[in-house]
Amino acid sequence: MEVLLVSLLNGLVYGMLLFMLASGLTLIFSMMGVLNFAHGSIYMLGAYFAYESTRWIGFWSALLIAPLLCGAIGAAIEVWGLRRVHHNGHIAELLFTFGLVFIIGRSVQMAWGMLPMPYRVPAGLDFPLFTLYGLQFPAYRGFMLLVSAGMLGGIWLLLKRTRVGMIIQAALTHPGMTAALGHNVPLVFTIVFAGGCFLAGLAGVIGGNYQSTEPGIADAMGPIVFVVVVFGGLGSLAGCFIASVIMGMVVTFSVVIDASIADLLRPIGIVPRNDDLLGEILTVPVARIGALLPLLMMVLILFFRPRGLLGTRDT
Amino acid sequence: MSGRRLFTAIFVGLLGIASAGAVRAADDTIKIGYIDPFSGPFAATGNNFLKVFNFILEKANAQGGPLGKKYELVTFDYKLQPAEALIALKSVTDQNLPFVMHCVGSNVGAAMIDAVSKHNARNPDNRLLYLNCGALATELTNEQCDFWHFRFTVNVDQRAVARIKTLPQSVKSVYLLNQDYLFGQSVQKATQKYLAQYRPDVKVVGDELVPFGKVQDFSPYIAKIKASGAQSLVTSNYDRDLNLLMKAGNDAGLEIRYDSYLAHQPGGPTSTGPAGDNRLTSIMEFHDNVAAEENNPAAEKFVSEWRARAEFNFIPLDYVTMFQMLTEAINKAGSTDAVKVAKALEGMKITDMMGDENVMRAEDHQWLGPLHEAIFTHSAKLDAEKTGLGWKSEAKISSADLTLPTSCKMKRPAS
Repeated sequence: MEVLLVSLLNGLVYGMLLFMLASGLTLIFSMMGVLNFAHGSIYMLGAYFAYESTRWIGFWSALLIAPLLCGAIGAAIEVWGLRRVHHNGHIAELLFTFGLVFIIGRSVQMAWGMLPMPYRVPAGLDFPLFTLYGLQFPAYRGFMLLVSAGMLGGIWLLLKRTRVGMIIQAALTHPGMTAALGHNVPLVFTIVFAGGCFLAGLAGVIGGNYQSTEPGIADAMGPIVFVVVVFGGLGSLAGCFIASVIMGMVVTFSVVIDASIADLLRPIGIVPRNDDLLGEILTVPVARIGALLPLLMMVLILFFRPRGLLGTRDT
Repeated sequence: MSGRRLFTAIFVGLLGIASAGAVRAADDTIKIGYIDPFSGPFAATGNNFLKVFNFILEKANAQGGPLGKKYELVTFDYKLQPAEALIALKSVTDQNLPFVMHCVGSNVGAAMIDAVSKHNARNPDNRLLYLNCGALATELTNEQCDFWHFRFTVNVDQRAVARIKTLPQSVKSVYLLNQDYLFGQSVQKATQKYLAQYRPDVKVVGDELVPFGKVQDFSPYIAKIKASGAQSLVTSNYDRDLNLLMKAGNDAGLEIRYDSYLAHQPGGPTSTGPAGDNRLTSIMEFHDNVAAEENNPAAEKFVSEWRARAEFNFIPLDYVTMFQMLTEAINKAGSTDAVKVAKALEGMKITDMMGDENVMRAEDHQWLGPLHEAIFTHSAKLDAEKTGLGWKSEAKISSADLTLPTSCKMKRPAS
């Protein structure tokens, strides 16, 4: 029971962090049809920028400075990079963002080195919020939930209640029609790309000291965010939110399950042998393959429901 | 002759001159092919090792080097792909380098032993030696032992013995947590084995394998560990997997000892920070405070030179010893001929920088030297990675204690 409740909270924290990353990616993906491979790299940049601004100015200003820098980089990438390769088709755009991953990764290594940065939780938030069955729940995790919930509300308001949001929504589903109505669709693209990068940067600020700030975090977060986007469905922020929380929970809960498929089969009288490949697969505890489950779920959803949970069109 | 042909001809000509130059340069250097990951997820490890080797070789060369020649490293990036490592090995043999060195990855170590052995059998006039500086799986000097392979570092079983023997008597329950791949699994088995042998009073309340480098948040594991009531977490996790583990533990306010195998690796102290004060221990060959602890001025000078150029502690004293041994073996052999150098290395005894006797055991080519158990504390004299905390030795495990039986049946070449 205690493990259950603690895992529920931690799953939510991780899920919300995933959502901060995935929401930007899903907006970019559904509008431009480009799976931005460099999204994880922007997240990493956000963490490094936040570390630097925390060092020189302070954590609270980092909360604004780092995302703004990431947003500016995003806008630059869109205007001078993506837009130029756009007429060569999606493959060119895909390869372009793929190349960015290496360039950003290498630049970060050259600027900050390979070792992790001592980017720590600010002193004002470094206390236990409450104690649950003898385990503390750090205030910083509460703060992460707060920031991500605020961001969720902010995006929702922006998209549903403002004129810019209306245009973005229209451009998401009917880019040609929106352009025909006289809206500057390329500008909308730039705004969305920069906005997505802003969100990734924000996730970097609060994720960089929740995890550790080192060159490996781009690779660590990149794939799982794609899984969330595909699982949630294209063009759907709600689907993306649900998928993020599900993935957060799946990854967190799978760790505490020591049972295996064989344990499920035992009551109905099937006891797999331990010495062959099939037996080995059936007897491996869920805890050991937990990290693989999101990928497995993505494969299954692509198989049975290619548009994702709440997607409006096929991937 | 068309422009393109002319260009090709010039190019080929230049190549010829360049390679002739390379051959000439080889006369006064001893080249060592060095295969490790310098890009990809373990790039940091490879590049840190390279920093260490450059420092060691600078010193070895300044002292004259073997046969009055200079050591030179020729690096090959294998990107953590065993197939790439074998391609790199092919380049090493193509260039007729007498030595190949490799540190990261036991799976690659096993493949390299096999490939070097086959190459040497097929090319008796172009043989090479495999200097293993970090493939730790014990099997490599047991069942898979080979005449052409020398391991200049302490293997998993020896590390486990050191880890268990230095576990405080007050610890009665432990939780084992290791990474789910070859290295983690073999540490897990060795830890279980020597716990049963040396500390039957200690109860294992949890035994877990975690996905290698995939876990983003260790909080759920911390909840499990807390529920188990363990006094000590014995783990061979390293890099990210250790940093995030300790971070989650500290965030949750988990009161536990961390008795680790590899927490001293570069980056570990930075990520651990003040939270690790007096509760994190590790097993290592050397650290920046050993020299002062043992009142060795020469070693203190070595450490201060190292600290002037690198931010992380100097750990691999065994690598310094490795080049001491290699230099002596080459001098004794009078050449870099693989068989002669190997025979000279077998059973070689040498006094290391700290005055301890190190042995290259002839039966299995396993290096035997001492280890330190050290605690991460603010009261250490020299800190690690500018954290204000550093390593302080609590125990030294002698090489006699680490001399374990081997099952190696070495096949030696006739000539």
